[in-house]
Amino acid sequence: MVKHLKPAAMLLVIFTVLTGVVYPAVVTGLAQLMFPNQANGSLMADSNGKATGSSLIGQPFSNPGYFWGRPSATAPFAYNAAASSGSNLGPTNPALMAAVKARIAALKAADPDNKTPIPVDLVTASGSGLDPHISPAAADYQLNRVAKARHIKPEELQVLVDANTESRQWGIFGEPRVNVLQLNLALAQIANKP
Amino acid sequence: MTSNSFFSCTFYVVALLALVKPLGWYMARVYEDGPVGLNRLLAPLETWIYRLSGVNPDQEMRWTDYAVAMLVFNLLGFLAVFALQSVQTYLPFNPQNLANVSPDSAFNTAVSFATNTNWQGYSGEVTMSYLTQMLGLTVQNFVSAAAGMATLAALIRGFTRRNAETIGNFWVDLTRSTLYILMPLSLILALVLVGQGVAQTFSPYQTVPLVETVSYEQAKLGADGVVLQDAAGKPVMETLEVKEQTVAVGPAASQVAIKQLGTNGGGFFNVNSAHPLENPTPLSNFLEMLAILLIPAALCYTFGMMVGDTRQGWAILAAMTLVFVVLISVEVLAEQSGNPALAALSIDQSASTVQSGGNMEGKETRFGITSSALWAVATTAASNGSVNAMHDSFTPIGGMVPMWLMQLGEVIFGGVGSGLYGMIMFAIVAVFVSGLMIGRTPEYLGKKIEAFEMKMAAITILIPPLVVLGGTAIAVMADVGKSSVFNPGAHGFSEVLYAFSSAGNNNGSAFGGLSANTPFYNAMLGLAMLFSRYWLAVPVLAIAGSLAAKKTVPVGSGTLPTHTPLFVALLMGTVLMVGALTFLPALALGPVVEHLQMIGAK
Repeated sequence: MVKHLKPAAMLLVIFTVLTGVVYPAVVTGLAQLMFPNQANGSLMADSNGKATGSSLIGQPFSNPGYFWGRPSATAPFAYNAAASSGSNLGPTNPALMAAVKARIAALKAADPDNKTPIPVDLVTASGSGLDPHISPAAADYQLNRVAKARHIKPEELQVLVDANTESRQWGIFGEPRVNVLQLNLALAQIANKP
Repeated sequence: MTSNSFFSCTFYVVALLALVKPLGWYMARVYEDGPVGLNRLLAPLETWIYRLSGVNPDQEMRWTDYAVAMLVFNLLGFLAVFALQSVQTYLPFNPQNLANVSPDSAFNTAVSFATNTNWQGYSGEVTMSYLTQMLGLTVQNFVSAAAGMATLAALIRGFTRRNAETIGNFWVDLTRSTLYILMPLSLILALVLVGQGVAQTFSPYQTVPLVETVSYEQAKLGADGVVLQDAAGKPVMETLEVKEQTVAVGPAASQVAIKQLGTNGGGFFNVNSAHPLENPTPLSNFLEMLAILLIPAALCYTFGMMVGDTRQGWAILAAMTLVFVVLISVEVLAEQSGNPALAALSIDQSASTVQSGGNMEGKETRFGITSSALWAVATTAASNGSVNAMHDSFTPIGGMVPMWLMQLGEVIFGGVGSGLYGMIMFAIVAVFVSGLMIGRTPEYLGKKIEAFEMKMAAITILIPPLVVLGGTAIAVMADVGKSSVFNPGAHGFSEVLYAFSSAGNNNGSAFGGLSANTPFYNAMLGLAMLFSRYWLAVPVLAIAGSLAAKKTVPVGSGTLPTHTPLFVALLMGTVLMVGALTFLPALALGPVVEHLQMIGAK
């Protein structure tokens, strides 16, 4: 065993330097050079260069004049991007049902006339608690509510939604989705305050 | 299953299988010390590494030496990670001033990363400094994977050599696995991932304004840090307003790449690859998912090439792939069918062109049902354990499939190296069983399988169930074990069973509701990870040593061919039979009961 101690210790030190210092440093250097925006969290900026949010990290919305994102289970407040978390509620947990019912009630209270079935992603918490997207169905469900609150025509709003909708990547990967924060930022730019 | 769902699953499997031969060929050359193109660049570095560490690359080891070298190396790695966590607050590259990690959690994490399990009892962005993530965790991501691959290389040499005393040099196998295979692949993958949006920076967490201010209530603390109480003994609540969002970033991509490629699975952030800065787009998701199974699948071809008959490798790969494909279908169907309790509330869970529908609790919109279900199967088929959706919130059957895949012993692809050497143990049992049936001495790849090999193979197959079921039994009988359970009823039992299935097979994925960062679970799961890694690896090396010393017997009329569909079926039968018989009773108490409750409660 003793004869193995020296090579073991030396190799651990060498690989710590190679894979723990050189490798991350090289990746960081190249990343900052090639993809500076993505490498630093995909921040978006307004015309003055002030940060307005990350295009990959959702934000909480509860005003009827904004599109609402996925429910978030992060603590102590929703969309806490310093501590990602899912709800971890099991499918038969009564707490899940209570949470879903409360979300349904909030959606109905904001839009009492809407009788269409609610898309499932609007009432279930995302895995990260930071999901920046909702499904196009979920955006469609909220379209009339937002249009009404902002006194704009649903058709005009639809254009904005479409502009912030991505289809499957390369036509095959993932699901079609709407970036909620980007959509709401665009909304705040063009439309009346709710 | 929707057509897109069918198409993307098929595309994934085809892409994976297409990469098996080129990468498998490359890895065989690496282990046989052949020219691989990268030599020109890396050979001087390799020589320098050997010289500096006093290793003579031409001096081979007996199996006992090989095993001790591996154990000593892993022990030092464990100590380094433990020490680093214990003093991280005094060290640089800690922009968030994170505190030292508690001893029990540090023990658990150090074991977890040294054994290639990467169970995360901690939450990355609030626990580990950048320095710990890089110098401790990223390093072990590389070398624990390399140690698994080295063990496999040694086992393969056991089959190819005759009347030999040695099975290779651990230091050489370790170095070559890291230098020629893991590092180049990780470098490429990391850069592609950054291009998709995975963070890679040393700067502190970013702060951005919130469009809408959020307010929340929390218990007010007095000057002494204790919750204030009113006259009735209730905590005094205060309302806080949040106007800014702190976005955790860090050197994530470099770690994510090797976490996927080395079947490690320990995420940079708490929610692992569900986090948008760890897995931002469907394309990054596809690549990370491909990286999970890439090396374990390709090693089958490496095995075939090294034993001089690639059909042997294809046969094992076929057995793995068949089980995998069937379980993908079950998983996608279970998750797509959604939660009946929600259907009763007039919620739309149907799949259409504008939504993925299904059971979306704990899943990300960009991945939907198919990519989440496919990931869950891939990550537990391999002993990866990273997640892109919260397994605790899956439907009962959707949670059972990943759990059972782990319980099968992590041999359906399995960990890098460890998956294939585990599967070869099952192959040994399969030829032994069929040898008994036809009344011939069992042989595999020209080596007689005798009592010693059978004993060792049986140990490797029996240890994980013992650890999983024994550990679960202790935990659910102890109050301290039950108090960590989050979901009520049968699902709570599943949480505990899942945790021990994961640790007891070096997977690392979790039903995240279980509060496992307690001294009890940190210790129990830490021990489970140690037993299941080394009580398997050492018997495997013993078999390697024993086989290498044997002469090769020529193929005779009584030899069972091990590259035929018949053998593929036998191998699958052995794996599934052992897995089913051992775990069905336990699964019946957890997911099966919950499934019946779920569909029964209308």
